[in-house]
Amino acid sequence: MQLAMIEQVLRFAQKVAEQAEVFWVSSQETPVHFEANKLKQVQTKESSSVALRIIKGGRVGFSAASGPQPNLSLRGIGVSRNLIDMAVETSLFGNSARFQLPSSRDYPGVSIFDPQIEKVTIEKMIELGSELIAKVRGHTPGILCDAEVTKGTSSIHIINSQGGEASYDKSFFSLGLEGVLIQDTDMLFVGDSESSCHLPDKVELVADRVIGQLELAKRKATVSTKPLPVIFTPHGVASAFLSPIALAFNGKTVLEGASPLKERLGELVFDTEFTLWDDATLNHCLGSSPCDDEGMPSERLSLIESGVVSHFFYDLQTGVLAGVRSTGSGRRASGTGQVKPAISSLVIEEGNIPFQTMVEDMREGLIVEQLIGADQGNVLGGDFGGNVLLGYKVENGKIIGRVKDTMISGNIYQVLKEHLGIGCEARWVDGVLWAPYLYCPRLSVSAR
Amino acid sequence: MHDQVVDALKGHNADYIEAHFEESESTYITYRSGRLEEVNRTSSTGGNIRALVKGGWGFVSFNYLDGLRDKVALAVREARLASGEGFKLPATEPVVDVVTQFHPDPSISSGQALNPLPSRERRMAASVSLAQKKQVLDEYNGIMLGSSKVQTSRIDYRDVKRKVIFANSEGSYIEQSKPDLTLRLTAIARENNEVQQAGLSLGSRGDFTAIEGRQEQVKEIARRAAALLSAPEAKGGEYTVIVDPILAGVFAHEAFGHLSEADFVYQNEQLHEIMTLGRRFGGKQLNIVDDATIPDLRGGYKYDDEGTPGARTYLIQEGILVGRLHSRETAAKMGEEPTGNARAISYLFPPIVRMTNTFIENGSSSFEEMLSDVKDGVYVKDWYGGQTSLEMFTFSAGEAYMIRNGKLAELLRPVVLTGNVFVTLNNIDAIGNDLSMNQGGGCGKGGQSPLPVSNGSPHIRMRHCLIGGR
Repeated sequence: MQLAMIEQVLRFAQKVAEQAEVFWVSSQETPVHFEANKLKQVQTKESSSVALRIIKGGRVGFSAASGPQPNLSLRGIGVSRNLIDMAVETSLFGNSARFQLPSSRDYPGVSIFDPQIEKVTIEKMIELGSELIAKVRGHTPGILCDAEVTKGTSSIHIINSQGGEASYDKSFFSLGLEGVLIQDTDMLFVGDSESSCHLPDKVELVADRVIGQLELAKRKATVSTKPLPVIFTPHGVASAFLSPIALAFNGKTVLEGASPLKERLGELVFDTEFTLWDDATLNHCLGSSPCDDEGMPSERLSLIESGVVSHFFYDLQTGVLAGVRSTGSGRRASGTGQVKPAISSLVIEEGNIPFQTMVEDMREGLIVEQLIGADQGNVLGGDFGGNVLLGYKVENGKIIGRVKDTMISGNIYQVLKEHLGIGCEARWVDGVLWAPYLYCPRLSVSAR
Repeated sequence: MHDQVVDALKGHNADYIEAHFEESESTYITYRSGRLEEVNRTSSTGGNIRALVKGGWGFVSFNYLDGLRDKVALAVREARLASGEGFKLPATEPVVDVVTQFHPDPSISSGQALNPLPSRERRMAASVSLAQKKQVLDEYNGIMLGSSKVQTSRIDYRDVKRKVIFANSEGSYIEQSKPDLTLRLTAIARENNEVQQAGLSLGSRGDFTAIEGRQEQVKEIARRAAALLSAPEAKGGEYTVIVDPILAGVFAHEAFGHLSEADFVYQNEQLHEIMTLGRRFGGKQLNIVDDATIPDLRGGYKYDDEGTPGARTYLIQEGILVGRLHSRETAAKMGEEPTGNARAISYLFPPIVRMTNTFIENGSSSFEEMLSDVKDGVYVKDWYGGQTSLEMFTFSAGEAYMIRNGKLAELLRPVVLTGNVFVTLNNIDAIGNDLSMNQGGGCGKGGQSPLPVSNGSPHIRMRHCLIGGR
């Protein structure tokens, strides 16, 4: 039935436009939410949306709709125009289209659907969340935990007037816990999560990691304002570096001239040990899919090869404008928004330094697990910084306790350039970044 | 519609059930690389059911209204799975109302002059043509790109016409129109490998004239982006800081406002202890208010998303904590009165405790007086954003100047300020008399972003504020 609706929209759109594309997504999500150690809410969210993109008079028109169309079921201000009328109206002012919609129908096999996920009962999810909280509270009875266990599935269908067609199902399961331990006016925040397209084998990993944080944070330590060596944990790497990196390699930022990497393709900009790629073909990863949201086949794209800027990522339109091909990175914001270049899963290649060796190397230094406010500076220029929400002080090669009232600040083009130490242990953070520990020999630290 | 909903809510074994329905039409216009990039039109229809059984909530959201009764049953079943020791919502008087335009009763509104808008004809964005919208944005874009060293620009314009219906098992049925409009302009300057930006955020309750005639402000952000290229960085450390109304408003919202949201407090004994009503947080001159009833401010409304009337709530009065923001649930659990602060960004989410229009009230100092006895300090203006983790906050200034010997000195690169809210509130030693509200913000919490809010303040001065830097 949905297919018939999508094909009908395409047929009508083709009558008024030179090219047309219909993107349809339907999803169901069931989050089970615990608050202050207790089960609070069970939700079921069903949604289906359709987006239409046309090229008319050489210009792009776009519209999207969720729910029945046209909708006149509520009295008063009814949604009066349908999808095609709205797209035609915007095409009068739209950007001139430089691209051809793809005729692709063959895509790489990527494992992103696990039929077991749908079968997990709400009761089982409640049990998992309760166990997770119980384990963390078993270690630290005074802690207040919020937890969320979520399962979901989605179906995506893309067809266009050039014969291109893609269709796939995706599932996900995630488990996360955030805890706060309050003593007087002191608050300690800990947390971890795991997300995958497949049912995770080891859910206790999340609890174990949180317990690890609580152990390290048992004692307090202070730092003074001066440059210090800093180790970023995989979480810390995501917290500090993900935004400025994703922005700088975005083909759109580059095209706009706003990326500091604009004219540096092929140049050594980062530490020679630093290698980064964007990979939408990894099995089980949240960012993976057989194709992007424009129907271009997914690929593994190198962004930094041994410190050298190797590629930027593009969608169809920005690719043509930049004189390169789409890298299969066209993604729609919030499901059915306009297509823009975006990362899928970023992977930082592991190095060979054990975390313990990094710690032992420091006479005085800092370990950063979580920053707040890291994205508020001049992210475009590569700045990162913020308050260390969770971090530890190292003295004479030993972790001695957690720090408070401490800020770090730096710029990725300095910090990731020289003498960067790259860890041999790595993990997925929030299902979107594979990150090892990173060791920066000198970073500016401000403290009260 | 009314009968269909009322029918579907009847006869379920639940303590309380409510329904939200929503219809919206949005227009988005974005500029990138200095030119128009996207014009989008979207429409959305959907709803949700929320059910309460013995303290546990079930929530079901959907796009299609068919099978409404089954959806209610699913929400009730989920609520039963989540049910626990059980608390009851005190029953409220049902409200039946249709609010087409939000014109609150001026007698319950702020007695204070909140830089009242000049009396002018409102023109709702939904009645302005795409061509007219584009013309205004084109002009601003031209101003930015025509400025020296500005290499590129970004513009994000969005208007929404939204109608929401709320109904509950107590017999309430409320229809409200909740339009919104935001415009963010960013000028990006570049020289060699340096990139700096400056921005302007505007907003209104759907009134298009709020973003017209801003040519001078647009010129100013372009000038500032260029000037930042050659500005030095602040040296990190503790300073006396004077904060402008925009950033002080962000501070009121981020650092203190979130702590006043009862859902952070009601299940958290220690935090509850810290946030005990009657506790002193600042000097006698400090008053912080959240007020949903001020006309024309983006955070305002007649009823929140639980059907409770919006209100003016003092959070801090003469330095003392006197109130907090509630949903019906948090109010019931804390034995306090609901304040009408339960809000959801759309039918996809259940309502949670949120701010509306949050501000620090006027004090008595002039800006010059505040400046005059600062020997070595920083004047911070404007904002990129702010974030908080209960006691800790960070907020970033888009513009900063050194203060030396009572005078404004050189422009600095954007700075990030951080601190502990309890300490910082106590360190406010002067409050200005020039309250002004910022309509350009959007608040994020619990995955719900951006929620229309506004915040504001007069100039304030803080001692011992930590500024990050190299």
